Amino acid sequence: MCGMVQIRAKEIEQTMTNDPKKVLLAHGGGGLLTSRLIQDHVLPALENDTLAALGDSAHLELDSSRICFTTDGYVVKPLFFPGGDIGKLAVCGTVNDLAVAGSRPVALALSLIIEEGLEFDVLDRILRSIGETARENNVSVVTGDTKTVERGSADAIFITTTGVGVKLMEANLGFDRIEIGDKVLINGTIGDHGMTIISQREGISFDSPLESDCAGLAGLTGALFEKVSGIKFMRDATRGGLAAVLSETAEGSGKSVSISETAIPVGPAVQAAADMLGFDVLNIANEGKFVAVVSADRAEECLSICRDHPLGTDAAIIGEIVPTQDAPLVKLTTRIGGTRIVQTPYGRELPRIC
Amino acid sequence: MLDRIARAQHVIGEACTKLNRQITIMEVCGTHTVSIFRHGIRSTLPAGLKLLSGPGCPVCVTDQGYIDVVLELAGRDDCLIATYGDMIRVPGSAGSLETRSSRGNVRVVLSTDDALTLARENPDMTVVFIAVGFETTAPATAVAVKEAADQGVENFCILSGHKLVIPAMRALLGGKNDRVDAFLCPGHVSVIIGSHAFAEIVDDFQRPCVVAGFEPLQIIESLAEICRQLSAGSAELKSMYGAVVSEAGNTAAQKMIAECFDAVDGCWRGLGNIPQSTLVLKEEYARFDAFRRFGVEDKPGEESSGCRCGEVLCGLIEPPECALFGTRCSPEEPIGPCMVSSEGTCAAWYKYGQRK
Repeated sequence: MCGMVQIRAKEIEQTMTNDPKKVLLAHGGGGLLTSRLIQDHVLPALENDTLAALGDSAHLELDSSRICFTTDGYVVKPLFFPGGDIGKLAVCGTVNDLAVAGSRPVALALSLIIEEGLEFDVLDRILRSIGETARENNVSVVTGDTKTVERGSADAIFITTTGVGVKLMEANLGFDRIEIGDKVLINGTIGDHGMTIISQREGISFDSPLESDCAGLAGLTGALFEKVSGIKFMRDATRGGLAAVLSETAEGSGKSVSISETAIPVGPAVQAAADMLGFDVLNIANEGKFVAVVSADRAEECLSICRDHPLGTDAAIIGEIVPTQDAPLVKLTTRIGGTRIVQTPYGRELPRIC
Repeated sequence: MLDRIARAQHVIGEACTKLNRQITIMEVCGTHTVSIFRHGIRSTLPAGLKLLSGPGCPVCVTDQGYIDVVLELAGRDDCLIATYGDMIRVPGSAGSLETRSSRGNVRVVLSTDDALTLARENPDMTVVFIAVGFETTAPATAVAVKEAADQGVENFCILSGHKLVIPAMRALLGGKNDRVDAFLCPGHVSVIIGSHAFAEIVDDFQRPCVVAGFEPLQIIESLAEICRQLSAGSAELKSMYGAVVSEAGNTAAQKMIAECFDAVDGCWRGLGNIPQSTLVLKEEYARFDAFRRFGVEDKPGEESSGCRCGEVLCGLIEPPECALFGTRCSPEEPIGPCMVSSEGTCAAWYKYGQRK
């Protein structure tokens, strides 16, 4: 935990006068208050020996020389939303990036940028959520950093997580493995996270409430890699939604993807919200969904493993890899039997959703 | 649903065979444009039936001269510009609101209410609401102006670019593009003006007018109804959106527009000057009129070099016929407004892959 910034006179003054329930600039000063922030708030929530050593770096003993390594920043607003919060998202997002790369997530680094004035109650809720989510996903937060910034220089809290995973021997993924006839599978309904966030921001409510799908996928993907050999490609469908992942798949493999609108699982509330707000549900973000390309003869097996897992009950085969005519494309057969092209969304339809 | 689609397709196919010529149907609503693309409706139609997108996207029909006035006001130190998000990226002669917004005086609002709130929160600035859109958004602007007048929010004003749909349809058939055989009439606008408003198009120009909602089935069945009429040599007004659209429309909203605005001649992108097509604030609300308050006027502007948005809006060309489409003009770097707005014809063609 570093951060050797001089505590300025103004900050000392604030320390004397400000509300003890709120984060002060001085909590990022590197002194006693920083130590208290870590000892009283961070460590109890994330509890593990490697972190408790509070070294400049964590020492990890990995059982493989093949590791996956990733990082991601989280700035979602609101901080708490149905189905999750920024802390859960920060763990799941990085865990999922490791999981779909064919690895078993092992350790996370956690960096917090906290705006002056954030209430400790809020910080503690977020830290507890980080701790719980990490434990659920069998991953430890082993190192980290905290910084505070002046009011207005951040929006409550920004989180960055960096993760290390051990590559699974069984996982052999790559665009080059994708072949004509392979099936495209998704582990459940799309658009839940993005529509939840936007409806929270716009204050729109629906009869059946929206809930983010925010979840760590490593358990399910680990089971798939262990039991099925024909998984050729996997990616989590976050920002840009299903459309972005399928477009990347077509572009990366040089082969076209044909999908059927009626096969794609979408919850009724999500569909209603997207229709009302004019969004294409294929472009809406997810935080607990992966797309897998699987050889045709193993697709049903994958589907049944997914459906037996709590994070895959609505899993479906949504299409297949087909030959390319002019250029690799994603072709959608619509519910009225029409066809159209699906492209990577270019806009900023939903600001700050993760 | 697939049964009904098949029946509608059969009617359309028979009409195309019988008429044995190109049938051209125009929609004048950005939401129809997007729905037609999103559901792949074009791909289900015979080659003899052509769907054209007309002047239905509010941002797209706004003339360059108006955009330049917006940018001029955005350049003033005493103005705070409140605008719907779609207008932000529309290029004027020099830059767009997006490039001007670095000065911090351009705010995206979701409603006229937000714009009024902005005025109350910034008493030292004049908040100029960029009031664009058809009969669907004009009532909300009228409400805001009345509220500002009642509550004395004197630092609020609007730059009215509100447009009326019927005069634009008349202008098209009256010369700009008389090859249009029929109109798929806009669902949202019809909620306000009522389906009966289109009777004059049917009577004066003998063109079928069918009011439709936005579900793909309803759009296809409306196209089939138009084809049935064309095949029978008739022209009728019909609403397929009866659950939502009444004949008389929303009279309260119409009254609100009538109390605040006068219809005057106005300039449209591509269509030029159209009589009685643009809404300006009545004399009693003159102090809330940004044109009058700042002594600015929107002179007919010139389109960016090579941009053919005007012809696209009239249905004279389809977007891929423009040399800039997908090359120099894309949603990332739009040159014309039809590529900026999510409901713009060029953006829809680009997004849903209907390239050359």
